[in-house]
Amino acid sequence: MIKGGFACGPEGCKIYEAPDTSVDLLGIRLDNPVIPASGTFGFGKEFKDLYDINCLGTFSFKGTTLEPRFGNPTPRIAETPNGMINAVGLQNPGVIAVRDKELPEMKEFFHKPVMANVSGFAIDEYQKTVELLSGQDQIGWFEVNISCPNVHGGGMAFGTDANMAQKVTEAVKKVADKPVIMKLSPNVTDITEIAKACEAGGADGISLINTLLGMRIDLRTKKPVIANTMGGFSGSAILPVALRMVYQVYNTVNLPIIGMGGVSRARDVIEMMLAGATAVGVGAANLTDPFASKKIVEELPEVMEKYGISSLKDIIGAGH
Amino acid sequence: MKEVFFKIESNELIAKNTYEMVLSGDTQEITATGQFVNIKLDGFFLRRPISVCHAEEGRLVLIYKVVGEGTELMADLEPGRSLSVLTGLGNGYDLEVSGEAPVLIGGGAGIPPMYGLCEALIERLKPENIKVVLGFNTEDEIFYLSKFVELGVDVRVATADGSVGTKGFVTDVLKDLDYTYFYTCGPMPMFKAIEKVAKTSGQYSFEERMGCGFGACMGCSMTMADGSYKRVCKEGPVFRREEILWK
Repeated sequence: MIKGGFACGPEGCKIYEAPDTSVDLLGIRLDNPVIPASGTFGFGKEFKDLYDINCLGTFSFKGTTLEPRFGNPTPRIAETPNGMINAVGLQNPGVIAVRDKELPEMKEFFHKPVMANVSGFAIDEYQKTVELLSGQDQIGWFEVNISCPNVHGGGMAFGTDANMAQKVTEAVKKVADKPVIMKLSPNVTDITEIAKACEAGGADGISLINTLLGMRIDLRTKKPVIANTMGGFSGSAILPVALRMVYQVYNTVNLPIIGMGGVSRARDVIEMMLAGATAVGVGAANLTDPFASKKIVEELPEVMEKYGISSLKDIIGAGH
Repeated sequence: MKEVFFKIESNELIAKNTYEMVLSGDTQEITATGQFVNIKLDGFFLRRPISVCHAEEGRLVLIYKVVGEGTELMADLEPGRSLSVLTGLGNGYDLEVSGEAPVLIGGGAGIPPMYGLCEALIERLKPENIKVVLGFNTEDEIFYLSKFVELGVDVRVATADGSVGTKGFVTDVLKDLDYTYFYTCGPMPMFKAIEKVAKTSGQYSFEERMGCGFGACMGCSMTMADGSYKRVCKEGPVFRREEILWK
């Protein structure tokens, strides 16, 4: 890792500074922009024994709903070239268990504000879930998932209709005591329309992209690999699609963006920020390499140095 | 769990579509029989979970069946290559509850962990009291039979085509045996057949498509008899008979 200090050469010695990886996300300083994405990091427990997760900017915890959910039948996972498909279906213990059990446990090993990812099947469910999580000091932001492709009658239905997206945003904003970041689905004709609707509804930030709807068919059984037939496609294969959408949304709304989709290396983080992201989510990479997010954090200063970047704050949207 | 780089010492065909891979490297995280490792293969996004057949200090033996593109690539790997492996995944078999004379039932690709379990059990019990029932489809699929025999345990074989041992399935042997407890690993149809004839309590090791293999993605969850859910990769892959919900 590169740190500040003296550099001496033929022209004498000079003081140089360590590259500044910090960013500001809606009033909270992040040591770095790296945020493990919801659904790939649980509530942090599976990672805390592997490394000190306080090295992360923050993380977005497992999508939480009003009621506990088992999720979809198995198989829930399929592989793709440079990626994977999941159809977990928002398995989670429900908001009360998250508030009363997961959050107190998390306090013991994660000492930064965490991002609370919430989902629902009706507008009032979203509202109620956020309301039940309000007043929790550990939470720094709400990330409202209107983009889950794996549940019926909810999730993505809100993120593929501008009018509904605005209504969910308005409802959540009424009760949220922390900034509200709306998490968008890429499974739409025009992502900018949805982003604009969220902005009109009072959103404080936008996070994108959730997974792309995809499927695989097993040649031996001649049937879909995933029990739910379709699922959410993620992994490094989707990086160009995510970049394009972050770029488009940056042009359209005046809100900070958490860019995610296929990020697996420090250079991907920088590319995402050049497209317009203030912070960057790391998703499927955590599943194939449990140390991926930590490695990205550690590599960032070196890659910044290589490309002549002294502060990440300076490059947000610089690709435009 | 730990990421360890193992070196391939050998990788050989030992039966039809079945390979034995011997690896050298740090095995300290492997603490129970029935655990698995998750292997990174070049060109594949997800790792390949493979059950541990035998582990000792510095040496790991895996047996795998070629079933798809990933294991096809594994079969072509040459000795000397280095592999990124997540080790010590999942919970293994509980040996404490075996009683004096347990039976170990392995079907096809489920046989390798039975070998490591057998090695651990002969440390505590009289080998001749341990019964092992191995099921294969055909004679050319048989592997490790002599290695089980060398352990001094009572080994029976069933083949679907009757070419070796009892004609039929492991349950055709199991139904006539007496035992204090059972341990098994194999395909789901075999589990369901065992469930019908088993006379004692026992432990089943499950297989499921996994995303991460260490409990983060919720890809391999199953509902249990008490209505709770458990992850095959984290709380499993071994579950007690009483806690399983059979569908």
